[in-house]
Amino acid sequence: MSEFTLRINGTERKIDVAPDTPLLWVLRDTLELTGTKYGCGAGLCGACTVHLDGEATRSCITPVSAVAGRAVTTIEGLSQTGAHLLQQAWIAEDVPQCGYCQSGQIMQAAAFLAKTPHPSEQEIIEAMTGNLCRCGTYHRIRRAVARAASSAGGGR
Amino acid sequence: MSPISRRQFLVGGAVAGTGLVLAFYLPRHGLHSSSKIEFAPNAYLHIAPDGKVTVVVARSEMGQGVRTALPMILAEELDANWSDIAIQQAGASTLFGDQSTGGSASVRTTWDPMRQAGAAAREMLVAAAAEKWGVPAADCTTEKGFVIHSASNRRAGYGDLVERAAKLPVPKEPKLKDPSRYTLIGKPTPRLDTPSKTNGTAEFGIDFRMPGMKYAILARCPVIGGKVASYDDSEARKFPGVVNVVKVGDYAVAVAADSVFASLQGRKTLKVTWDDGPNKDLTTAAVFDALRKAANDKSVSLQSVGDVASVRGRRIEAEYELPMLAHAPMEPENCFAHHLGSTCEIWAPTQVPQDVRDSVATALGLKPEDVHVNLTLLGGGFGRRLEHDYAVEAALVSKAINAPVRVIWTREDDMRFSMYRPPSVHHLSAVVDAQGAPAAFTHRLISPTISGQKGQPVDGGIDPDLKDEAAFLYLVPNLSVEYVAPPCAVPLAWLRSVYAAQAAFANESFLDELAHAAGKDPLQYRLNLLQDDKEITYFDTKWHTGRLRGVLQLVAEKSGWDKPMPAGHYHGIAAHGCFGTYAAEVVEITMHDGEPRVDRVVVAVDCGQVINPNILEQQLHSAVIFGLSAALRGQITVEHGQIQQTNFDSYPILRNNEVPAIETHFVESHEAPTGIGEPPVPPLAPALCNAIFAATRKRIRKLPILMG
Repeated sequence: MSEFTLRINGTERKIDVAPDTPLLWVLRDTLELTGTKYGCGAGLCGACTVHLDGEATRSCITPVSAVAGRAVTTIEGLSQTGAHLLQQAWIAEDVPQCGYCQSGQIMQAAAFLAKTPHPSEQEIIEAMTGNLCRCGTYHRIRRAVARAASSAGGGR
Repeated sequence: MSPISRRQFLVGGAVAGTGLVLAFYLPRHGLHSSSKIEFAPNAYLHIAPDGKVTVVVARSEMGQGVRTALPMILAEELDANWSDIAIQQAGASTLFGDQSTGGSASVRTTWDPMRQAGAAAREMLVAAAAEKWGVPAADCTTEKGFVIHSASNRRAGYGDLVERAAKLPVPKEPKLKDPSRYTLIGKPTPRLDTPSKTNGTAEFGIDFRMPGMKYAILARCPVIGGKVASYDDSEARKFPGVVNVVKVGDYAVAVAADSVFASLQGRKTLKVTWDDGPNKDLTTAAVFDALRKAANDKSVSLQSVGDVASVRGRRIEAEYELPMLAHAPMEPENCFAHHLGSTCEIWAPTQVPQDVRDSVATALGLKPEDVHVNLTLLGGGFGRRLEHDYAVEAALVSKAINAPVRVIWTREDDMRFSMYRPPSVHHLSAVVDAQGAPAAFTHRLISPTISGQKGQPVDGGIDPDLKDEAAFLYLVPNLSVEYVAPPCAVPLAWLRSVYAAQAAFANESFLDELAHAAGKDPLQYRLNLLQDDKEITYFDTKWHTGRLRGVLQLVAEKSGWDKPMPAGHYHGIAAHGCFGTYAAEVVEITMHDGEPRVDRVVVAVDCGQVINPNILEQQLHSAVIFGLSAALRGQITVEHGQIQQTNFDSYPILRNNEVPAIETHFVESHEAPTGIGEPPVPPLAPALCNAIFAATRKRIRKLPILMG
């Protein structure tokens, strides 16, 4: 076991875990931030997506030792009030069905829009292609990302 | 519907004095049910003095929207203010009849009782206001949570009337609204669960936790049906965080730990010697050989018209084959259990809370009433959560380690150790007349029985699911639909649309073959078989040829079937009826390097009264994408007795960049609502393969298309 100081959603958290523990399980089991989901454990589905210094990152294949000192943002920290433009857009488009993959979808979209505020539809599709949804909410995801972009003054 | 008695009304008396509680009873649906409960309420409603209306949802929310649609039905008849509605999730109970969520049944089986409950409560609130004001009840109206007496310009909120209303008799036959007066049913309405699913607060099974809770991951034999011969846990126990290693039944060893990761690491170092059992040489080929070997065994008749054997003429035959499939819900199997000696607490993402209760009770030697099953959200179901294996595992591990525990399956566990959609082989045969129309049509459906494999009743050799799923709805003078149920070594489960997807693929591909053999347009060929309005009784369902014709015509019109296709574009059409609903789809493709790209899917359904078009659209998208994933790449295969697929790389499901444009349409109807979760799945694969034939003149008779 090793001690790590993590910066999670703007707060420093000290933890004592095996260095090769995936960030996903630290978030879920140790810090009880369960909005980040386990889907495949292999970086194939995107359900575990968080931000690492603003970059969309698959937490299930990211050892905790690699994130010490870096800023981790989870769905719980995306906005203080749950009113991030993407969350609003997700509600306006009524995107989720079962909802299990949606934290990962939103985190993926948030990192993407931060870098690409004026995305084309094709860019949205490409950005969201690593995130699986077994319920098939893909079209509404596209619409919600486009809506968030345009409500931020982006889109084209 | 039995009368609602005063005593029954008081069943909800736990909150008496704080509001109006209306419980209602009705016979359990499903006449073959062996339940001890003859009558039970299947939902109830609580109105608080502050006007808050709580609707208890006694079905599982797995994405299909029951936590919104069921309250809408009740709120409509109650004339409640929709923004005053809150929901409460029922766990396993004796108050709600059969709580299983499957068979596209939630709306169709709660439609009457939910309406009755809302209407009865509304009449009581009206009576309370009339009594209070000294006016005739008939002069009062209701609107958005208020009783209104227009003549005297008085209004009273429901919350202000609950005390008085609770003392009134429950109307035996409350008057239901005429559909023309619906203000909520049929209107696109946002889901109540959406906000929680955008901020991480929605609680799925995997999210429930309790202080002191352990996590357990199980090692299982790679060979289907294999057992534990012996195991050495000395290394596993050394791993920091591992707290215990216990055998589960005769087939698995659980590593319990303080964290999922420690449990995973412990499992890696566990040394298990397996007894592979009889399946160690099993292959996919052997699974299908068993089906073909049984093909000419004695069959049971599902549907019969005239005498197919007496018809002579030009015969056309074809064989179709469908693979096994996995559900792969995004949330892998998991369950929380806390065995407390004489009781057990369960928190489960399950489609069958009562089965979980009963099977856990049996496994632990407890009475069912001492097993308390709470229901979380489900991260997808698709039939996988009609099984309760994972809940029994959690209960057994909790008992063995004497601690609360969450059993979690990894994705690899989910793919390799699950139960699968049965494989099937279909023998289709038709004798066609001079115009190419079928004078005789025979479909021999060869697929193992799921219920039979599970030891459940299979009345007359007919798997009970076939009765909702395999009707042939075209009019032919001589018809025989026959079923043969061979044994299967692979564990089986119901998967979204089950036998309907199999039956529809065979029927609708073969009809396309017949149409082309006759030189007819595939749509027109179908419509020719649906010219007459006829009722077709298939087991418990009365089907109408006119409604199947209706969805075919609707999808044809909306897709522009009769318009010339742009160069390089091809389309195919298919339709099917199951779970009371009619669905038709047109799939448009282009070919790229010999592979189809699906560009557009147009879907039309007739599911009777639509409750919430917003959720309907979600379900249609979902079904099309689910069906397309299966048609293109879905297959579970076996080598050396082991399932070969392990994760989303070897069992791919469609990604965002692979989904076609999807257009959805429904028939406006006030017929009683029927299923929608499954019926739009079956037409997809045959419509796609019919489009591929149009493009290539190659007939695909075996799925999946891309990895077949």
